[in-house]
Amino acid sequence: MAIEAEENRRDFLILATSVVGLGGVAGAAWPFIRSWSPSADVLAQATTEVDISALQEGQMITVPWQGKPVFVLKRTAEQIASAREGDKVKLPDPNPPSKDAERVKRPEYLVVLAVCSHLGCVPQPIGTGDFGGFLCPCHGSHYDTSGRIRQGPAPANLTVPDYDFKDDGNTLVIGKAVG
Amino acid sequence: MFKSIMEWVDARLPVSDLIKSQATEYPTPKNLNYWWNFGSLALFVLIVMLATGLFLAMHYKPDANLAFDSVEHIMRDVNFGWLLRYLHANGATFFFVCVYIHILRGMYYGSHRSPREILWWFGVIIFFALMGTAFMGYVLPWGQMSYWGAAVITNLVSAIPVVGEELVVWILGGFSVGDPTLNRFFVLHFLFPFVVFGLVILHMWALHAVHSNNPDGIDVHEGKDTLPFHPYYTIKDLYGVGVFLMVYLAFVFFAPNFFLEPDNYIPADPMKTPAHIVPEWYFLPFYAILRSIDFLGSFSKLAGVVAMGGAIAILFILPWLDRSPVRSFRYRPLSRQLFWVFVLDCFVLGWVGYNPADATLFDGALPLIVIGRTATAVYFSYFVGLWLVTVLKIEKPKPLPKSI
Repeated sequence: MAIEAEENRRDFLILATSVVGLGGVAGAAWPFIRSWSPSADVLAQATTEVDISALQEGQMITVPWQGKPVFVLKRTAEQIASAREGDKVKLPDPNPPSKDAERVKRPEYLVVLAVCSHLGCVPQPIGTGDFGGFLCPCHGSHYDTSGRIRQGPAPANLTVPDYDFKDDGNTLVIGKAVG
Repeated sequence: MFKSIMEWVDARLPVSDLIKSQATEYPTPKNLNYWWNFGSLALFVLIVMLATGLFLAMHYKPDANLAFDSVEHIMRDVNFGWLLRYLHANGATFFFVCVYIHILRGMYYGSHRSPREILWWFGVIIFFALMGTAFMGYVLPWGQMSYWGAAVITNLVSAIPVVGEELVVWILGGFSVGDPTLNRFFVLHFLFPFVVFGLVILHMWALHAVHSNNPDGIDVHEGKDTLPFHPYYTIKDLYGVGVFLMVYLAFVFFAPNFFLEPDNYIPADPMKTPAHIVPEWYFLPFYAILRSIDFLGSFSKLAGVVAMGGAIAILFILPWLDRSPVRSFRYRPLSRQLFWVFVLDCFVLGWVGYNPADATLFDGALPLIVIGRTATAVYFSYFVGLWLVTVLKIEKPKPLPKSI
């Protein structure tokens, strides 16, 4: 009886020590793991300001934001109409924002991340895809004039980043300050 | 003098015993053919890669602003820098040539079958580690293909449900491939070969525990069927190294850029994707498998990644898929035919992977993606087919010889 109690006590101590030890190792590993996450200077590049006063109808510019390209397109009436037309069909990615009205703050400006949702390539400029929009050259994904995936392997629409207009719509601010 | 020194050492650490039992007098089947050279050749290339890589690292700068120029500095200014870099870049190609032949040799002669499963597992793990090392090494020159290859491959991680997106940011150290990514890839590319070297030691430990398979795939009788490794196989392996060097160095000196992409001599530009991103040739079959799964809607991406990983991971269970009582395909006519279809299929997949995703044949009549899907199906069918013909005993093996 005494020996059994001794053994139980020993088992408990070994278990408790192991748990505390593993907890310590996990805790010590955390700083190493966390050191791989974006550093403060990378996070500081959270917003980009773009002067869009000179942008003509039908003209598109590519601006860098967080090291990634963003398409800023001043859409023509036809491109807007084509995007609204796309609202009526069954889309491969119906998750919001998928209606054209949800994807733009002003109908004439389309602001989307130029990163293909398939494997991160940069799609080609407006007018290269089958739906009047963007074609990703890597694996043949076609996006329409609202940046929605219409055909090809990409699983999702082009991301609409946080953005806002200021100075009476002459300046576009992409992103949100963080930290 | 030497003898007495060795006696002193052996009394403290039995070095001579180890060399005798595991190298010079290590019993090796006497009927090994030239396909058995590729294991030692792969080890030879690993050593070449470690040596050239170490000296390249002394001149290379893992910084997004300096990396591309430092590689050009190696090519133009560093004494023999061009030679070190071309040996290293082409070494990667020939490493995979050796490793692929080594794997296929194992598959053909049944070297993965009992009792060599653990030996085989270490091999598959080494293969995975090599692919990771090669991928990260290709990022270091920081050209357009480096950059966009890295973007495409790291993006595969985002296919993982729930945590994928955050995991990509963590791996990249930012919101896109950038300086933090390059820096950590350099460190890992430096570290991994040493890990691989450790795995190779485990691979050889496992080999020496169960001994080599042979072209007949039958168990050997030590003494009657075996030869001491030295001098019989040391000389044969050295001969193989000689032939290998002729081919390898022919590329290094006369066609050093044959396997490299011209686009990688354009500095990385995060704002512009090359028209056609193509991985290094040794990844092409798996790249083709990834791209050929495009018919599952929003599941396509995840399914493609799973299929690509599965194409290699299936090798782990190969020893149990093959249920035949006979190891070597020499005595298994049906399996042999399946094997050669499989090898041919790998070339077809490679060719599909090399071409743009929307390419077609016969003026658009036959989209390449159809060939890609078919070849992917054939790839996995090999493993299922091998299992079926052996478990249902469809294949009648030829009689085995009594001994080698």
